[in-house]
Amino acid sequence: MEPFVRHTGIAAPLDRANVDTDQIIPKQFLKRVERTGFGQYLFFDWRYGEDGSPNPEFELNRPEYHGASILLAGKNFGSGSSREHAPWALLDYGFRVLIAPSYADIFYNNCLKNGILPVTLPEAAVNRLMRLAMDRPGTRLTVDLERQTVTDETGATESFAIDPHRRHCLLNGLDDIGLTLQHAAAINAYERRRPAWMPRLLTNRG
Amino acid sequence: MRPPHRGAQHGRLEGQSTRANEAMQPTTLFEKIWNAHVVHEEPGKPAILYIDLHLVHEVTSAQAFDGLRMSGRTVRRPDLTLATMDHNVPTTDRSLPIQDPVSRQQMEVLRRNCQEFGITLFDLRDPRQGIVHIIGPEQGLTQPGMTIVCGDSHTSTHGAFGALAFGIGTSEVEHVLATQCLQQAKPAIMEVRVEGSLPLGVTAKDIILAIIGRIGTDGATGHVIEYTGSAIRSLSMEARMTVCNMSIEAGARAGMIAPDDITFAYLEGRRHAPRGRDWEEALSRWRALPTDPGARFDRVVELDAGTLEPHVTWGTNPGQVVPITGRIPDPEEFESPADRRAAERSLDYMALRPGTPVQEIAVDRVFIGSCTNGRIEDLRAAARIAAGRRVAPTVHAMVVPGSGLVKAQAEREGLDRVFRDAGFEWREAGCSMCLGMNPDILQPGERCASTSNRNFEGRQGKGGRTHLVSPEMAAAAAIAGRLVDVREWEG
Repeated sequence: MEPFVRHTGIAAPLDRANVDTDQIIPKQFLKRVERTGFGQYLFFDWRYGEDGSPNPEFELNRPEYHGASILLAGKNFGSGSSREHAPWALLDYGFRVLIAPSYADIFYNNCLKNGILPVTLPEAAVNRLMRLAMDRPGTRLTVDLERQTVTDETGATESFAIDPHRRHCLLNGLDDIGLTLQHAAAINAYERRRPAWMPRLLTNRG
Repeated sequence: MRPPHRGAQHGRLEGQSTRANEAMQPTTLFEKIWNAHVVHEEPGKPAILYIDLHLVHEVTSAQAFDGLRMSGRTVRRPDLTLATMDHNVPTTDRSLPIQDPVSRQQMEVLRRNCQEFGITLFDLRDPRQGIVHIIGPEQGLTQPGMTIVCGDSHTSTHGAFGALAFGIGTSEVEHVLATQCLQQAKPAIMEVRVEGSLPLGVTAKDIILAIIGRIGTDGATGHVIEYTGSAIRSLSMEARMTVCNMSIEAGARAGMIAPDDITFAYLEGRRHAPRGRDWEEALSRWRALPTDPGARFDRVVELDAGTLEPHVTWGTNPGQVVPITGRIPDPEEFESPADRRAAERSLDYMALRPGTPVQEIAVDRVFIGSCTNGRIEDLRAAARIAAGRRVAPTVHAMVVPGSGLVKAQAEREGLDRVFRDAGFEWREAGCSMCLGMNPDILQPGERCASTSNRNFEGRQGKGGRTHLVSPEMAAAAAIAGRLVDVREWEG
């Protein structure tokens, strides 16, 4: 996974709460078998009208937010399904940072597995940044994971909290599976202790 | 502001095994299972938990298997892994080839992956095939005290057995395939206590809709919910599964109900349940699982079952819910400007006007099925309402059994005839119209009374309008052509 240390980019405002994963990536697009190529389907039902042409009312379709890599959103972002296609779509579209007052659990975890930094800030701070992005489209923010800060072009800074372990993994692009397999001996020992009557499927592998 | 997700530590002694410590204090069901599954833990990091059962389906696994191949890893425990096809499958004639080439490919990829890695797959020709959260319990694979995961948020369903069961993303699916473990930060624990007797015509579905309506779609974020109380205790296993299934809709990590004699009676004799002396040993372990008196929850919510009515969702998230005797709310009733705006948006999408009595809302389609309400008891309940009546000419109604075994059981009981005689379509097992990923889909503007679990914009089809209800309520809506109070039809 690509490490995340610091990122500067255009912030796009999506001033809605409870944006669910069906909006982020509608289910008809979950049929791909690769991890890539989902960006074109991001927020599909909001981005495009009935006839397939871009909806000019949708925030992210505005030309001034073209190339945005930071998404500002309302509380409980990513509610609903566990589909990791949601962060894949965000990443593929170009977003590397999300800033919101809160996220749904599974979505939050999925973002971190893909090198997207979900920043949690108090609602008042998110609203301030939202207004900034709306008043000055194209405005850039710098998000620094090492210092845990979000800085705007005026120099105003917000601090955010993040679990130290998650911060460490993201800063170093650590592979979760590799980390777990460092404890292979403990996994083996645990398996030896499991009761034999616990359910098992018959397989053609021993 | 809720603190962001923390590492594993909740007052533990640094660096030491704390299991002996914890055995001396009153402990919750959740913590007992958590403690019994820690493979490794250290301060400041998520715990590594062992996973007893990994359920797999075609939508969230392809990239995980690819990841295994690319890193030269294999599936550590194919014997603890079961796969099925459910999201993409058509619910019509299975002998025909799958029409949609992308669906076909996704199912073919799962087939190849299961073959390559030696994983048991219930494919379309298998009579045990069905929705992933229905087949596990049917086979007796879901048991108390287990950790169970799947790349699907409704994995919380299995918590009905007193298991710790939750949804994971595709990267975590790959992680479990490779290691049979998962890194997990320990969540907080919430008790939702439901006391009293459910009135006639009010169901488990109504209990969970009322809970989500009370606490909101982020009300339980960061928590595992344990459902307790006399109303929960008196529910059958299938009804408990309905309640736990929708825990995710309140933002919960998982939802659980402690095992008891009802649980054990359901399990005894099932395919993968222990037998003989193993059964006795399992029972004694399982009886030790329920939460100890005096154990602490981080938050408690109480509900009186006796005051509940059949519920209906009116909006575009499962928390936007109202009793059947109620009216569509006015956005002005909502406190915050954000909630008011969200309500306006929902009403606009759903084409509903504030003040409209719910029972005046006509429906175009009715869907009875899904991992929430697609089991035999749900079908019996709907059939009781449908028997001797006819689906309204303005309604297209369908019943989708949750698995091949449920379908076979329903046909043995003659339920299929009851439904067909009443004018419902009787289908093959799959996720069907819960989410428009297969041919069962709403057209823009169509309004559906559905026994599924989500009413998000476009969930059942772009522009589709979903009202979540219980199976009885859905059957009654099909017949009346509108949402009605099924209590007036019962008995």
